[in-house]
Amino acid sequence: MTPLTGFLMVAALVFAIGLAGALTRRNAILVLIGIELMLNAANLNLIAFWRYGPHPEALTGMMFAIFSIAVAAAEAAVGLGLVIQIYRHAHTTDLDQMNRMKG
Amino acid sequence: MQEGSVAFQTLGNGYVSPIAFYLWLIPALPILAAGVIALLKRPRRKTASALAIGSLAFSLLLSLAAFVHVISEPILRSATAIVQANATGVLRETVNFTWLQFGTTNVDLGWVLDPLSAVMLVMVSFVGLLIFIYSVGYMEHDENFTRFFCFLSLFAGAMLGVVISNSLLLLFMCWELVGLTSYLLIGFWYQKPAAAAAAKKAFLTTRIGDVFFLLGIVWLFAQTGTLLFYNNGAGSIESGALSSLLAQHAALGLSAAGAIGLLIFAGAAGKSGQFPLHVWLPDAMEGPTPVSALIHAATMVAAGVYLIARVYPLMHAGALAGGTTSALTVVTWVGAFTAVFAALIAVAQNDIKRILAYSTVSQLGYMMAGLGMGGVAVGMFHLITHAFFKALLFMGAGSVIHGCHDEQDIRRMGGLKSDMPLTFLTYAVGMLALCGFPLFFSGFWSKDGILDAASHWSVARTPFYMLVFGTLLTAFYMTRQVTYVFFGHWRGKKPAHESPWVMTAPLAILAFFAMALGAVGTPLWPWFKAFLESEKLTVNLHAFAEPGLVALMATSTLVVFLGLGLGGWLYGGKIQKPEQTDALEKTVPPIWKLLQSRFYMDEFYGVTVIAFYWLLARVSDWLDRRVWGGLVALVAWAFRVWAHLNRFLDTNVVDGSFDKGCEELGVGGGLLARVQTGRVQTYLRILALAVVALAAILIWSSRA
Repeated sequence: MTPLTGFLMVAALVFAIGLAGALTRRNAILVLIGIELMLNAANLNLIAFWRYGPHPEALTGMMFAIFSIAVAAAEAAVGLGLVIQIYRHAHTTDLDQMNRMKG
Repeated sequence: MQEGSVAFQTLGNGYVSPIAFYLWLIPALPILAAGVIALLKRPRRKTASALAIGSLAFSLLLSLAAFVHVISEPILRSATAIVQANATGVLRETVNFTWLQFGTTNVDLGWVLDPLSAVMLVMVSFVGLLIFIYSVGYMEHDENFTRFFCFLSLFAGAMLGVVISNSLLLLFMCWELVGLTSYLLIGFWYQKPAAAAAAKKAFLTTRIGDVFFLLGIVWLFAQTGTLLFYNNGAGSIESGALSSLLAQHAALGLSAAGAIGLLIFAGAAGKSGQFPLHVWLPDAMEGPTPVSALIHAATMVAAGVYLIARVYPLMHAGALAGGTTSALTVVTWVGAFTAVFAALIAVAQNDIKRILAYSTVSQLGYMMAGLGMGGVAVGMFHLITHAFFKALLFMGAGSVIHGCHDEQDIRRMGGLKSDMPLTFLTYAVGMLALCGFPLFFSGFWSKDGILDAASHWSVARTPFYMLVFGTLLTAFYMTRQVTYVFFGHWRGKKPAHESPWVMTAPLAILAFFAMALGAVGTPLWPWFKAFLESEKLTVNLHAFAEPGLVALMATSTLVVFLGLGLGGWLYGGKIQKPEQTDALEKTVPPIWKLLQSRFYMDEFYGVTVIAFYWLLARVSDWLDRRVWGGLVALVAWAFRVWAHLNRFLDTNVVDGSFDKGCEELGVGGGLLARVQTGRVQTYLRILALAVVALAAILIWSSRA
């Protein structure tokens, strides 16, 4: 087993945990946490592929990861902002009750 | 002649005089007036009559100018020593133009000014004008006064068009227009069933002749390629075309010229009321009296005679010196027979206008016989004199009818001599002219011309005897009529009165001409013949020295006196009551019955021609209803069945499948809608499952 496979396995595991959290949790905060986990799994993959790729001297993977983290931070901010607004409006963070946009 | 352009040509010195060039105005003016009158409102009576009379007066002036031109031209020519390039010696100016062109064939129309058309123009417009003026009085109380003048004017224009035509086609057009207006005028009082029926009868009967006429025209066009009469030697009745026509043989030993001539004669017989197509003319007396005078005495019926005179070269083609042709022989026999036949019927009629109508038929027979035996001058001379005295008689009769409060039965008149002196005087002149009273009346000279020609006819003597017998009958029936109407005592209800001056003045003028016109055609000074044939006029003092002429004149005088005497003896002073049996009826009842029933001609046509058409109509009706109607119904039924089938297919197959499809779509939509829960996590789950499935497929496929 190459070191890359180990990284990938860990990233897959983290992604699966994040996905399971995002899909099963009712609480919007916890769903967001699951999404963050999936994003970080993806970042882990980026770093791993860069580090074990053909050109580890160029900082491409690093750059991708930093961009991704920045975007994830912005997204988390927006998501939390929405959740707080919804909580103020509906006094709940339960996703199953937030179905008013259902067609 | 160039395409589309108007080219003018003359026979003679190649120059068209202005009067010949503007000859078309003569018929155009009354037709134009008719068009304007047609647009007038009904109460504009003065305007209508003024327009009609004014336009015709102008036409008369132009006609007179043309006439004077035709008279003076030869004199001028000889004076200025212009060479007479005209081979026939007849002054003739034509204006021709191309009307239609198809392929290389031209259809040309044109008009002609020659002595024949000039004299006819003057006659028609002059007599027509007098009748127009007379109509103002006669139709005074009629509410459709303007319509009447519209028709009269149109008629006059059409008739003048017939006269000036230099093309058989143009002549035929005007001819049919004349027929139409005659229909309109005879049926002018269309509220009367008899008038409407008479109009129809006139139209249909003349149409029979016209069909043959049209056939003749088509044949002539096919043979000669032109319908112009005169066209610098290329016309259809000039020598070039005639010799080619003579070379063609039609059936029964006739040349094409003869056969075409006979077909044209059939048309002329229809218009001029020759036996056996005479039946419409007496019935046409249902129209207003001025119409009778205009159409059935002076102009329209003369159109047939004029037509024969116009195509005389065609009829005469192939005759040997002094001889005759088969076409002319037919014309003669038909004319002579009609002359006697109609005169016989006239003897036993009681309607004042009907007597004159049969008399007209009879006189037209004389004209035809004159044309057949003596040529254009003889026939035309009688036509002109007859136009004057017969118009006079008809208008006199109209005056009598007007004065007797629309009474037309001569048995209920009588003694009008003192009540209507002016009418009586003029009527007597007309009557004597018609009888052919010697020396001072035009009828004597023109009728003697015909008798003279008949006595010299090379084929047979019979027409001569027939015509002499006709003269006797004419004198007899006119004496009978005048005795009934003007002598004896008044047998009507309301007393009669004399007519207004607008009616009597034309009578007086016509009476003058009925006497004076004879002077231009005596054997002593045959001006009319010389004029028509452009011969040198000589005072022929030896004419009366010719053997036979004096004897002939004596015979005719004797016959006339015999007729007058017989009439006077039978009827003079013996009529007491309207219901009294006629003197002739007392003498020979069966003959009287036969004559009064007009030889049962109408009944004969009723059981033959009309019965046949009636049967044909019935058969056609049956075919229409049963056969053609049945076929149509069958087709309709088939379509209805087809439509029902279509509807069944539509409701059950097309609509059914469509409805089913819609239902299925609805169910499918419902199922899919259930997936759309609105829960994001559900969607994500499906998405994750799909990704897993996709990854599995990719892994599995890369491994394989």
